[in-house]
Amino acid sequence: MASRLRGRETFPEFDSGGGSSSQTQPDDLTPAQQNLTRVFEQNRQRQQRINSVKGPEQAPDASAKGKPRLLLMGQRRSGKSSISSVVFHKLPPSETLFLESTARIQKDSMPSFMDFQVWDFPGQIDIFENPTFDIDAMFGEIGALIWVIDAQDDYMEAVARLNVTILNLQRTYPNIKIEVFIHKVDGLSDDYKLDIQRDITIRIQDELSDHGFENAPVTFHLTSIYNHSIFEAFSKVIQKLIPRLGILEAMLTNLCRTCRFEKAYLFDVLSKIYIATDSAPADMASYEICSDYIDVIIDVTEVYGSWPRTPRYRETLEGPPWNQKLEDQVASNWAESCMVLSDGNKPIILREVDRYLALVAIMKEDSYDKMPLVNMNVEVVVEGLKDFFEITKPK
Amino acid sequence: MPGDVRSEVKKPKKKKVLLMGKSGSGKSSMRSIIFSNYIARDTRRLGATIDIDLSHVKFLGNLTLNLWDCGGQEAFMENYLTQQRVHVFSNVGVLIYVFDIESRDVDRDMATYVSIISALTQFSPTANIYVLIHKMDLITLHAREAVFVDRVRLVRQKTAEFVQGAGYTGELDLIPFATSIWDQSLYKAWASIIHDLVPNLSVIESQLGSLGILIEAEELLLFERTSFLVVSSWTSEEGQSNPTGDRQERISNILKHFKQSISRFTGTPRNAEQFTLMEHKAGARFSMFACKFTTNTYLMVILPPGEARFNSAKLNCQIARESFKFLDGPATVSGQALS
Repeated sequence: MASRLRGRETFPEFDSGGGSSSQTQPDDLTPAQQNLTRVFEQNRQRQQRINSVKGPEQAPDASAKGKPRLLLMGQRRSGKSSISSVVFHKLPPSETLFLESTARIQKDSMPSFMDFQVWDFPGQIDIFENPTFDIDAMFGEIGALIWVIDAQDDYMEAVARLNVTILNLQRTYPNIKIEVFIHKVDGLSDDYKLDIQRDITIRIQDELSDHGFENAPVTFHLTSIYNHSIFEAFSKVIQKLIPRLGILEAMLTNLCRTCRFEKAYLFDVLSKIYIATDSAPADMASYEICSDYIDVIIDVTEVYGSWPRTPRYRETLEGPPWNQKLEDQVASNWAESCMVLSDGNKPIILREVDRYLALVAIMKEDSYDKMPLVNMNVEVVVEGLKDFFEITKPK
Repeated sequence: MPGDVRSEVKKPKKKKVLLMGKSGSGKSSMRSIIFSNYIARDTRRLGATIDIDLSHVKFLGNLTLNLWDCGGQEAFMENYLTQQRVHVFSNVGVLIYVFDIESRDVDRDMATYVSIISALTQFSPTANIYVLIHKMDLITLHAREAVFVDRVRLVRQKTAEFVQGAGYTGELDLIPFATSIWDQSLYKAWASIIHDLVPNLSVIESQLGSLGILIEAEELLLFERTSFLVVSSWTSEEGQSNPTGDRQERISNILKHFKQSISRFTGTPRNAEQFTLMEHKAGARFSMFACKFTTNTYLMVILPPGEARFNSAKLNCQIARESFKFLDGPATVSGQALS
């Protein structure tokens, strides 16, 4: 099994029958390879779609059922494809300049702790006026609609179209969550950003209340792909799709209280989205440092944890003076990491939860001495988290 | 330590490092990244260097780099070669000459290079010469090697022509590197330049080796505090089969970037010390820790898995600190003998 935080099996068992190691299972790939395979798969699928006869969009196949779906919509050139490439495909933001415009609905499936789908819509098509689209298949399952507005452009038309969309959806699918990303706000002054957000909020709410929808579930986020704000916004969207998020948050809050953490995040390692955090007010700075810390651990692991050691070496390590199997010499089979900042001796800890998730927390000053105790507490919470995901897993 | 040793070694070693090349070739950018903890993106804000930008970089306590970042516009170059000739080219320890791979006028670059070399051999015949072929990221990946080899061949040829033409008798050896500020190649070049400058290197290396064997480590890396360049390293027999050949530069790069993140988080200056300890135990695969070692260095240790092994290695490294104290002070007697 490959893990981004622990690397590949560096000490293969002697008695493995040569079966599993020789096969290239998707699990055995390095993160880079995984990404490549994914990009390849998507290109292939795109090619297939282009080649297939142009007809009405197919209803989602059975395997896609039950997966939460994120729909990315908005005017053309507002940055939808850039967002999905940066967040889910780890494309460097500067490279998004070269993305071509999306011609057909782009469906990506994200292998993650909860397999969600991301649908990237072409901006130039109005799905409500085009009878070939199966509206029911698209919005039938509960998910979130992300509407991207380019804040550096004239947004009147985008707001008008968003209003039409919301009104259309509210009648039939009142449960769908609508998230408005006021995008490309990097480079705008803080005051101006807030002005735009206020303006858009008012325009949409006025329109909605004119039509009698008082409490439509519309949320606004200020985003940019050039900083962490897009990840923060996606985190909040994903969190709304998690069943019983409250319990997760309560567990983390409890951990923070008992271990005197400043802030704890439960991260999806692949996308750097956090799926839960404790109840303390979230700030961008602590999210950034935690997310960058995951990057460091992944990078270091890629250098040292991705090559197999020789069996003879393993033998020496298990021989005297230790006289124990390597598995018994380690305290935990999952990745554990800790870093102490010079600034007030503040430790940051990281603990792998499962293949997709990691718990990252910032601790209070001078608490490194209590690490063993903290590790024990974290261990208990991690067990609890695993149980939680086992129970809430869609059957 | 007796007092007479102290008085004898008051004077720390100073090395004059000349950084030269055509204007816009990226001299100040690389200097800022290596010594001032800029990130590659930020170097866009740097303006042109006017005349010579002098800076002193303290490196490992006993080595001070006297860095002369020489503005590369032709008027300045002319000036260095005529009026300031003695001032600029005397007592040089190292010349780092930067070539822009994208330069359109290669012949002219070579002509300037040759006149610099001739001035250098006149006043500091013992100086080491490093040639950095810079901005390699602009060349497509598969052509990089060929372009680099070709350019190095040209530089060597011009150097040889100069040696013959001028009837220069000394030895003139240059060390070429392909670099780019956008990847770790820059660290590789600078780490090797620094590596050649550090006094007492053999002492450090042998001590690191004995420490490594003692704690059953796979690899030890000794970093300088501010630049996070690898000063010295030791790798066990097993560790040598690690397929990642450029891991030292990669780790430098990774840690340096993370230092930026921490400085944003804590609001401390970029050059300040950012962390004291970092440990990572990857289950039954490997463990690793990086800690503050002596005042001027960080030590990174890669270990095989095992909780007891990890903890004892940490303690042992703390004890070993004493034996590496000489990295902080001015050169010791043995160091002087070596240099």
